[in-house]
Formats: sequence, C-alpha cells, structure tokens
Amino acid sequence: MNERRVVITGMEVIAPGGVGKERFWDLLSEGRTATRGISFFDPTPFRSRVAAEVDFCPTGHGLTPQEERRMDRAAQFAVVAARTAVADSGIDLGSDDPHRIGVTVGTAVGATMGLDEEYRVVSDGGRLDLVDHRYAPPHLYNYLVPSSFAAEVAWAVGAEGPSTVVSTGCTSGIDAVGYAVELVREGSVDVMIAGASDAPISPITMACFDAIKATTPRHDEPERASRPFDGTRNGFVLGEGSAFFVLEELESARKRGAHIYAEIAGYATRSNAYHMTGLRPDGAEMAEAIGLALDEARINGDQIDYVNAHGSGTKQNDRHETAAFKKSLGTHAYRTPVSSIKSMVGHSLGAIGSIEIAASVLAMEYDVVPPTANLHTTDPECDLDYVPIVARDQLVDTVLTVGSGFGGFQSAMVLASPDRSFV
Amino acid sequence: MTAPVVVTGMGVAAPNGLGTADYWAATRGGKSGIGRITRFDPTGYPARLAGEIPGFDAQEHLPSRLLPQTDRVTRLALVAADWALADAGVDPSQGDPLDMGVVTASAAGGFEFGEGELRRLWSKGSQFVSAYQSFAWFYAVNTGQISIRNGMKGPSGVVVSDQAGGLDALAQARRQIRKGTSLVVSGAVDASICSWGWVAQLAGDRLSSSDEPTRAYLPFDREATGQVPGEGGAILILESAEGARARGAEVYGEIAGYGATIDPAPGSGRPPGLAKAVATALGDAGVDAADIDVVFADGAGIPELDRVEAEAITELFGPRGVPVTVPKSMTGRLYSGAAPLDVACALLAMRDGVIPPTVHTDPCPDYDLDLVLHQARPTQARTALVLARGYGGFNSAVVLRAA
Repeated sequence: MNERRVVITGMEVIAPGGVGKERFWDLLSEGRTATRGISFFDPTPFRSRVAAEVDFCPTGHGLTPQEERRMDRAAQFAVVAARTAVADSGIDLGSDDPHRIGVTVGTAVGATMGLDEEYRVVSDGGRLDLVDHRYAPPHLYNYLVPSSFAAEVAWAVGAEGPSTVVSTGCTSGIDAVGYAVELVREGSVDVMIAGASDAPISPITMACFDAIKATTPRHDEPERASRPFDGTRNGFVLGEGSAFFVLEELESARKRGAHIYAEIAGYATRSNAYHMTGLRPDGAEMAEAIGLALDEARINGDQIDYVNAHGSGTKQNDRHETAAFKKSLGTHAYRTPVSSIKSMVGHSLGAIGSIEIAASVLAMEYDVVPPTANLHTTDPECDLDYVPIVARDQLVDTVLTVGSGFGGFQSAMVLASPDRSFV
Repeated sequence: MTAPVVVTGMGVAAPNGLGTADYWAATRGGKSGIGRITRFDPTGYPARLAGEIPGFDAQEHLPSRLLPQTDRVTRLALVAADWALADAGVDPSQGDPLDMGVVTASAAGGFEFGEGELRRLWSKGSQFVSAYQSFAWFYAVNTGQISIRNGMKGPSGVVVSDQAGGLDALAQARRQIRKGTSLVVSGAVDASICSWGWVAQLAGDRLSSSDEPTRAYLPFDREATGQVPGEGGAILILESAEGARARGAEVYGEIAGYGATIDPAPGSGRPPGLAKAVATALGDAGVDAADIDVVFADGAGIPELDRVEAEAITELFGPRGVPVTVPKSMTGRLYSGAAPLDVACALLAMRDGVIPPTVHTDPCPDYDLDLVLHQARPTQARTALVLARGYGGFNSAVVLRAA
C-alpha cells in the first residue's frame, strides 16, 4: 500500500467571537456563544434578526486598502486566513515549484454581501429595472464570479497550480478540502491551500431564509438563539467566517519536520436526490457518505471518538442527522459524543464545513470535545449524547465531521490524530 | 487510478443551435449566433451584443412545477442533461442511484432569478422575496436540480473557475469515475444575460462595444478589441470505458488528459501558466505535442490575452505547427459553459473529420498560428486539445482522444 496520505500542517480560523484559531478555540472550549442582534444593517423588517458576526478589520489583518476595495468580505476572510495558515505551517512555498501548489476555496454564496450592496446602488434602491452601469465599481465582476476568491488566495500565497472554488452549498467547506485531498493523493500537487469562506449576512440572505423559515426568529435572546438538538430549536442562526488549511503529503511533511495537526483519512460526498431544501428523516445518504469516509480511512465506526455534527438547529436537520449517525455508527452512535459548534458560532453556510474541520482538529490537539451550547431541553427524536453546555476532557484521536446542504449534498470527513494514525 | 473515461452522450444548448444536431450543423457551416441583445433593452449600455439562445421554451421540456423555482440557466441545464442522457442511451431510473453522480461548473449561478429577487427586496421589501431564492440562484443549483430530476445520489460537485471551470468539472467527474462511480453527468451551462448580470459583466471593460455582430468578437484578430458574452453550454455523460463497452454504448471519445494552473499575481514578473497546464495535460494523456491534431483555443479576443495564448501554442507546437480554431467566435463566450461546448464540438469534429472554423477573424500576423478561418477544414483528427482560460488567470487544458 503506497497511497499518498494527506495531512494538515497549518491552519487558521476567522470565526464569530474572534479572529484567530486561539480565540476560536477559547470560545468553543468555554462554551460561549457569539450570536447577537444583527449590527450590519437595520434588521427590524426581518423575521430573523440575529446572526453570528465577525469583528474584522481588513487592514488590521494585513490587507492593503486596494485589496480591501476589490475584495468582497468573504474574499478578505479567505486571503487573511490562508496567509496565516501558511505562516502557521512554517512551509516555505517559495522553495517549491509553484505549479505544484494549488488552491481550493469553498463558498456557498460567494460575494453575496457585495452583490447585494452594489445592486442597491446600481438599481438606485430598486427603483431602476435596467440597472445603471455607471454606478458599478470596476471590480464588480469579481463579485459576479466567485472564482476571484481562489485567484486572490493563489496570488496571496504564491500558488500557481490547479486552483478553483468549490461551491456545493452548505457542504462546500468539507468538499473544498476533500477536493484538495484528492489532488494531493493523486499526485497532481504537493501542497494544497484549502479552506472555505462565506460572508452572507446581508438583507437578501436574511430575506431568503425568512421566506422559508429556516432561520430562527428568537431575537429576544440572541446569545441563546442557536439551539441545535434542543427540543425548542426553531431554525439556524446565520453566521460568517473562514478557515484555511495547508495540506501536504505525509512523507514530505515529515521530511521538513512540520507539525502535523491531523491526517485527513477519509472523505466522501453523496446526494439525496430528493429536494433542494428538504431532507428525508431517515438520513440514508448522509449515512452512506459516513460509511464510505470510514472505509476510506480504514476506521471502524466504533473507533470514532467524537462526532462533529452539522447540527444546524433546524427541526428537520437535527432529526435527519441523528438518524444518519445511528444508521452508520450503530450502537456506537449512543456512546460517542456528538456536538454542534453552530450553537456558538452560527451557520456560515459554505464556510462552516472548514471551520468545523478546524474545530475537529483542535479537539484532537487539546483532547477536549467542544460542547453544544444552549442545549437544555430534550427532544425524543434527538437522543444521542450531544455534550450539552460544557466541554468535555477526553482523549480524541479520531473525529467524524459531517455536513448537509441545500441541493441535497451530504458530506463526511474522517480526521485522525497523528498520535493514532502513524504509530 | 488511470482507467480510461469516455464521453457517451452530449446535450447542447448554444446560441447558434439548440440541440447537438442544430449546433453542429451551424458550427461546421460557420453560422454565428451573435446578435443584438433582446432579453432586455441594451441601448444605454456600452456593449449591446451577445450570443442568446433563440427559441428555448422551457415549458415544452420541463414539468410546470419546476418553472417557478428555476432560473433560465437551470432550465437549460436540465434540458441539456435530459438530451445528454437520451443520447447516451441511459435511463437513469434503471441505474443504481448511488452509482451515478453530477459534477457541473458554474460562473454566476441563477443570476437573473437573483436579480428579480433583489429588485423585490429593495423596491418592495424583504417579505416579497421568493421562497425559492435560497436555492434558485446559487452556484450549486444545476448540480442539485439535475441530481434530483434524475435520481442521482453518487458523488457530486460544483466548481467555479470562471471560464476554465467547465474543464475542471470534467476532470473532477473523471476523478469520481476512476474512484468507482459508473456514470457522471458533467459539463456546464451558464447564462446571465439580464440587466444586472450585464452590468456585472461590463465591469473591467473587457466587452466589445461594437454593434456589428461580425466585427465584435475577433479572437487572434489584428483588431481584436473585446469579448461578446453568450449563454449556454453543454452537458456531457462520462462513463468508464469499460462500463460503456459492457453496455454497448456508442462512444464519442476519451477524456485522456487534463492539466490546470493559475497565473501568478499581476506584476509578479513570473511567466503565465497556460503552457504548463497544456504540458501537464499532454503528459497525463501520455501523448506528445506532435500527436495533437487540432487545438480548440480559448480565444479571448483581447490582444494581451490572445498574445499569451498564441505564444503558448507556438511554444509547444512550433510556428503554425497545428490547426487552431475558435468555434466560440460563433457563440460568444459562454463562461463555464464554453469549454464543455468546445469539448462536444471537438468530439464531433473528430467523428466527422472536419474542423469547424473561426469566423470573422483577420489574423494578426504577429501570431504564428495555423487558424482554421471562415470555412470548415476537412481533417482526420484523432487527438484534440481544448483550452479554457478564466478571468483571474485560470488555465485549464483537456486532451481528447477520438473513439
């Protein structure tokens, strides 16, 4: 067996509650929540008025004023997170052939924030049916086609290999990393800078989720609004953010003495072919993806130490997912801790999959399972151990992280700690 | 890991032909689909020409319940997928759902749908936004809707790499087949010829301001001054060669090689990456430059970009070393739909022994290219190279081998 194995050697997180993976981990391990009343615009007309916003100053994180101007907020997150992840890895990308370094960026809704704001201007507040090009900024094309995110990241880190955006709705953050893993494994590249970013907190996004009642209307207590697996849950809390990773082939990472955070041991994605937004309660396709990811990792379901759930806090998701865990992990589903960090950082659509990979890696790094905040009321349909309220100290060497998204995408990734995977 | 992957079906929606037969007849005949925009009044804009698909009535092809929840781009993609499956002789209801996947590319999602909802949001209020907005506009919509319509639960995906994305999707589809999935619906269809989409495409000043359909988009021309966008693309059915053979499928050809790069940051002083992408694709296909019988170029129609492409081609193939054509001179640039359409075109060209022309171009003498101009050229081609380049520096290349 000489298959190339892929490891994470650098990472960075920009999430609600703080920029940087240390602050991110502090929030998670302390069980604090970063959901709050929307401050980006007046949310009064909306059904849902809470979100998990990031306090982020682009120039404070090294972007030049022109970079700030030409990039949507989601691209800004991506570039800052990717640069910091590269620095964290200690890799000297300049010493490698740049064509052997690639980039994947997951995003569900691209430059939605910029598009919404610029539409408001070129349509003069919706007054003009034929919008006025004279009021459009010169970089508007970068908002139209979000592959600009991948180009910006590639330019920022000096990558010249295969680069693309992966946009599979709310599983984008897992799928972008999974795509990158496949490129390293097949030998097309030596290094991938992979991650995801979304900054969807804008009027159009709030309106479209209002229309299908997917987001919670619980704006009287915003810090307790995201309640995955809780009996009183009534929708997700929109978030934003980014996480990026440096992925390398194991042997070359070892050779350069890199710190190895984790091996990406298995990945799979399947579709439910059922409905663009609806989920069948049986979780069959997510269970299928989990089973395939475990097979690829050559890990049995009962060896999973922690399940990082999608746990969006909608009625249908949490039920669907609980069923998928039972179907794929059997009785071990009842024994292994399962938690949703969306209770603390909200649901940042395409970004959250990568942010949850980061949480999974940090859980292994610190041997702590992050909790599900705001979980006080049981739901008979959600009867697993969701680690309510308080983080749990325990050995974590293998993590399963999953995502489920509009379009029917169901993705699963198995991560293994270096303590476990290389002995 | 390197088992051959073949194309067994195609569904085409192009400005110069709806359906493979019409498109191919128009394209080998040099018939252009570029004209003045009719979908909105372009009078006040600095560019007024596009490649629009005439005569597409979604109601003829799709159940009425799908119409309120889909953008034009998704309707075109669903119909093209239906045609591609029929062409391949595949009835998806008879297949194992988990053994069929969907991997498409997108550039702008269902942008016209999104425009309508933005207009409602800002003119009337948030409560007027459609319940379908959450999924009708985003980049994953075509993959999601194709998978649902055809009951495909296998590995699926969506890539966005501007105009290069169409080839990246085919490569990702091939990867999934090599990992064991029997059939993947792939390719791309893009369409954002709406006022808001037009304004976004105008940004950056790359569109031609000409009002003459024969003078507006002139790849490799001495007077190239810009691009004409279009709508459409192609959906292709990919299968393992072994699987296709086993079920007795007719094969158009093999996706034999793939390579991709991104250009260095502007101002870095480093060379562009197109030649490297081609070299990677040739190596992946196990062929030399001398084996390539025809190149379907990206043909940006912008002098700086044309020069880079012409230099990459002459660097690899020598001066006038290989026939080069840009059939998209007849359709305009279809964003991620362009390259899958070029792949379909190249497979048809090899099947019929004829290279379709680049129309309207008077080649710039600085480029030492053997352009197939104005009329189709009879050529028995066995191996073709398709190039696609996206804004931001994306370079992708695919090598096709005839069946």
